[in-house]
Amino acid sequence: MKEKRGIILTGAIIGIIAVLLVKFGNPKNMGFCIACFIRDIAGGIGLHSAPIVQYIRPEVIGLVLGSFIISITSKEFKTKGGSSPFTRFILGMVVMIGALVFLGCPLRMILRIAGGDLNAVVGLAGFVVGIFIGIQFLNKGFSLRRNYSLSNFEGYLFPITNLLLFILLVAGFSMLHFSTEGPGSMHAPIWMALIAGLIVGALAQRTRMCTVGGIRDMIMFRDSYLIFGFLSILVVTLIGNIALGYFNLGFAEQPVAHTDGLWNFLGMVIVGWGSVLLGGCPLRQLILAGEGNTDSAITVMGYLVGAAIAHNFGLASSTAGASANGKVAVFICLAVVLAISVANCEAFSKVKSPGKANN
Amino acid sequence: MERIDARGVSCPQPVLMTKKAVEKGPDKIEVLVDNNTAKNNVSRFLTNQGYKLEYKNEDEDILIIARK
Repeated sequence: MKEKRGIILTGAIIGIIAVLLVKFGNPKNMGFCIACFIRDIAGGIGLHSAPIVQYIRPEVIGLVLGSFIISITSKEFKTKGGSSPFTRFILGMVVMIGALVFLGCPLRMILRIAGGDLNAVVGLAGFVVGIFIGIQFLNKGFSLRRNYSLSNFEGYLFPITNLLLFILLVAGFSMLHFSTEGPGSMHAPIWMALIAGLIVGALAQRTRMCTVGGIRDMIMFRDSYLIFGFLSILVVTLIGNIALGYFNLGFAEQPVAHTDGLWNFLGMVIVGWGSVLLGGCPLRQLILAGEGNTDSAITVMGYLVGAAIAHNFGLASSTAGASANGKVAVFICLAVVLAISVANCEAFSKVKSPGKANN
Repeated sequence: MERIDARGVSCPQPVLMTKKAVEKGPDKIEVLVDNNTAKNNVSRFLTNQGYKLEYKNEDEDILIIARK
């Protein structure tokens, strides 16, 4: 239990900060949502023009910079890349589309459950099924191959890009787009959101917090370390929501959510499956990108482009439910994840598993 | 003895590769990793399997030596 203290505390702090961010302006059950926030940033820099979801979310920038600063201090910053980057980019796009059909990343799924949104419980079921499918391929030798050390500057570029984006935000750069209504218009003050991101980024880097990893490691190895973080976020956010009167149990009338059960389920199947192949959830990818993993930086770029496409092509769900285009996209995404799973599996192809290659 | 090179691969492959080696029931396993996350994950798994661990730094990498 002693080794789990850090991750339980981190989960608790994430839960408290998530509730406070809602109190100070973020949409309900959206203290943090990596998918929604990257989608808002895509809109903020004009990659899509959905008027209600455009903002430069400082939480995302803070997560990356928090991870960067703490990994430099703890000497864990190492620039690495080259593990099937374009496959990761595509998987990033697909995971984002799945998340926007459900309306949230796995972290927001936890926050939604903690707010009483039962649609997110349906999403959780899909998430577990997706993780389970992904594990079957891992057990059959799925690998995106190993990464390699690269020059440090390659690793600095992603945190620097985030810093520049933050400077544009606080400088009031006039070409950025900001929602005047809808979820994009609802946000905590800039500096508070940045500091929230910095704290959570640093803690998540130290503890390796990962929402996909918790369920994955329980199923694969009976290792409960990461799932304690998952549960801690859930419990503390639940208590916070009840204390501040945000808790509202039910399916209907949930904030930034819809009640199409099948599509909530399938959206999260894609997120779970794709994230297992990527080796971590969207939060974890941001943290890894901050500590020099440029494959994760590429994955985040995949999320960004996926979010833009999801809104430009009408794939993202609205509070009214999943869209017709979104339903077609779900099946295309499932086919893409399946193709990537099979093509990179030792059992189905001539891919030699890493480790055996250079003995 | 089993020796595994788990450098550079994504989570949870270092642990999965270790698990496959453990299933052969060797008295000694060596796992080469290149980051603390993999080191901690593999160490936790091997400790739970009843191995005693030692560490050796090899340039930028860490060699985990596990004995029954």
